[in-house]
Amino acid sequence: MIEKAWSGNRNYWLWILFLLVLISIGIYCYSLQFEYGLGITGMSNDVSWGVYIAQFTFFVGVAASAVMLVIPYYLHDYKAFGKIVVLGEFLAVSAVLMCLLFILADMGMPMRVLYVIIHPTPNSMLFWDMLVLNGYLVLNMTCGWVALDAEKKRTAPPKWIKPLIYLSIPWAVSIHTVTAFLYAGLPSRHLWLTAILAPRFLASAFASGPALLIILILLLKKLVQFEIANEAIQKLATIVLYASIINFFFLGLEFFTAFYSNIPGHMHGLVYLYAGLQGQHALIIWMWTSLVLGLGAIVLLLIPDLKREENILLISSVAIFFSLWIDKGIGMVLGGFVPTPLETVTEYSPSAVEIFITLGIWAVGILTLTLLYKIALSVQKEAAA
Amino acid sequence: MNNRRNFLKKLSAISVLGASSFSLLNKFSDNTSLAAVTSSSSEKNKVRWGMVVDMRKCKDDCELCIDACHQVHNVPDFENPKDQIKWIKKAPYPNLFPSKNHQYPSENVKSKPFLTFCNHCEHPPCVRVCPTKATFKKPDGIVEMDFHRCIGCRFCMAACPYGERSFNWRDSRSAIPNIDRSYPTRQRGVVEKCNFCSERLAKNQKPACVEVCPEKVLTFGNLNDPNSEIREILKSNQASVRKPELGAKPSVFYIL
Ligand code: SF4
Ligand code: SF4
Repeated sequence: MIEKAWSGNRNYWLWILFLLVLISIGIYCYSLQFEYGLGITGMSNDVSWGVYIAQFTFFVGVAASAVMLVIPYYLHDYKAFGKIVVLGEFLAVSAVLMCLLFILADMGMPMRVLYVIIHPTPNSMLFWDMLVLNGYLVLNMTCGWVALDAEKKRTAPPKWIKPLIYLSIPWAVSIHTVTAFLYAGLPSRHLWLTAILAPRFLASAFASGPALLIILILLLKKLVQFEIANEAIQKLATIVLYASIINFFFLGLEFFTAFYSNIPGHMHGLVYLYAGLQGQHALIIWMWTSLVLGLGAIVLLLIPDLKREENILLISSVAIFFSLWIDKGIGMVLGGFVPTPLETVTEYSPSAVEIFITLGIWAVGILTLTLLYKIALSVQKEAAA
Repeated sequence: MNNRRNFLKKLSAISVLGASSFSLLNKFSDNTSLAAVTSSSSEKNKVRWGMVVDMRKCKDDCELCIDACHQVHNVPDFENPKDQIKWIKKAPYPNLFPSKNHQYPSENVKSKPFLTFCNHCEHPPCVRVCPTKATFKKPDGIVEMDFHRCIGCRFCMAACPYGERSFNWRDSRSAIPNIDRSYPTRQRGVVEKCNFCSERLAKNQKPACVEVCPEKVLTFGNLNDPNSEIREILKSNQASVRKPELGAKPSVFYIL
């Protein structure tokens, strides 16, 4: 099947070339970081995790969201998702790959990465995260590939794949729950120390992942005349809508608990993010953009006539995706470091090297996605012909 | 790795036997052989090293303890705050004790810089989160670092509620004023912090900061020995620990 990825038109190859250039720049920048140390990034002892870990967290969510297609299709026999389940699974594969690379990029001692396995430490959530992420990668790759292969051969998928598909459902929930546990169990990081962190992670994941999928599907429709029933897209939009409402509801709950209780530690992180603290306010503009985009898109999607408009749906999906990317991929991680354990506020902004490494890792993810989607669409086209 | 650690422990236990014949043991007022107990894992919990910081005696502009610590442990001296590594530092009282601070703090603490270093917590969050056991708690209560095992994930830095951990953001060797060959320098990419001078305890010496302080601000000793000097001080003074509400149970006590 892999040979399908090796034939394409000029634009296909130009796109791949572009991604390869981004990846090369990323690799070069990583070599600089490897030489000098993580001091080349914007991180410091006060803000000791930055864009790498934030992106990791966000894309774990994107990966987990494949389950929003798997559940309707495999558990509820919702046929309209038939063509796009595999797209969801392959999106998960690319997202997990990016997550693993982001972790690697963030390590001070990347050559020692295998120590996590050689010296297994079950009391560390990172140990479990490593296990569930790698497991999820294998599960989704297998489920997607085997189903596609069966489609190509015009046979029913082998029986043994069913248990794996069912297993991938709780597994998806587990990857994002464990990722939330990385944060939610740390004393004295008030923004993270909340029992609804895991559910909030899941809600924002089930909104941002399907939103990204809508964007991808609409792109594929335009670019390669991908044929898909409108019903499937509309169903995805409904999922995005409800998941984002739940996400913002959870955010509201955080505000209520912090401000009604009036406990300084609980308020500080939120105050810093949305209003600035001790004269530091780099994130205000981002956080309000996130709020406005997210809530605005919810309003658009709530109006049925607008939701059916393909252009409006595209705009709303982009808005939701960007909104939640800011919320989880920037605010959540940085806000947890404010105020520092010594009650000061240190700001962080990524360095150029850091940004290019991040872009490089995105490019790896997008390249993987491109190749996998190319294969999937070619197989589907042949099977339909 | 564990074997190596045990071997080192045995080795230091043997060397202690040698050292004890020089009757260095009575150097400590609480009459405990630091090295012997530091190195024995069988007598679990016989010893829990701790420190009392008597801030009433500490001089605001004195930094002798900081200099001594950073000298013996090859802690680099970077200009850029982003790169700085600190095993022991001073910070204002309200920053150290946010939950104790109120609207009308007494004059003697209000603007006083307080000493702060790793609390060697009884329930250390840093140890709980470390994915490789690169930071671990020894039977004598000291929370140690294994620089050769740390993968530099900085999970421990997010977990420490006291901000006592520093990361080697870049190569530090060029920024160490006088390298002390008897203590290792660190590679870039690993985390470090105060170790209660484990290496000096093994030689029956007190922690460097304790030894150098002319005002006797710092008292080091065995918290599990009810007759130790440190316990006597705690018996007769109202002491505080940082953020007791978190349940980490610091082994560093402050007299305000
Ligand atoms: S003070 Fe911080 S670094 Fe020291 S033992 Fe406690 S949690 Fe760990
Ligand atoms: S940075 Fe090192 S000591 Fe800290 S948690 Fe990671 S591996 Fe453990």
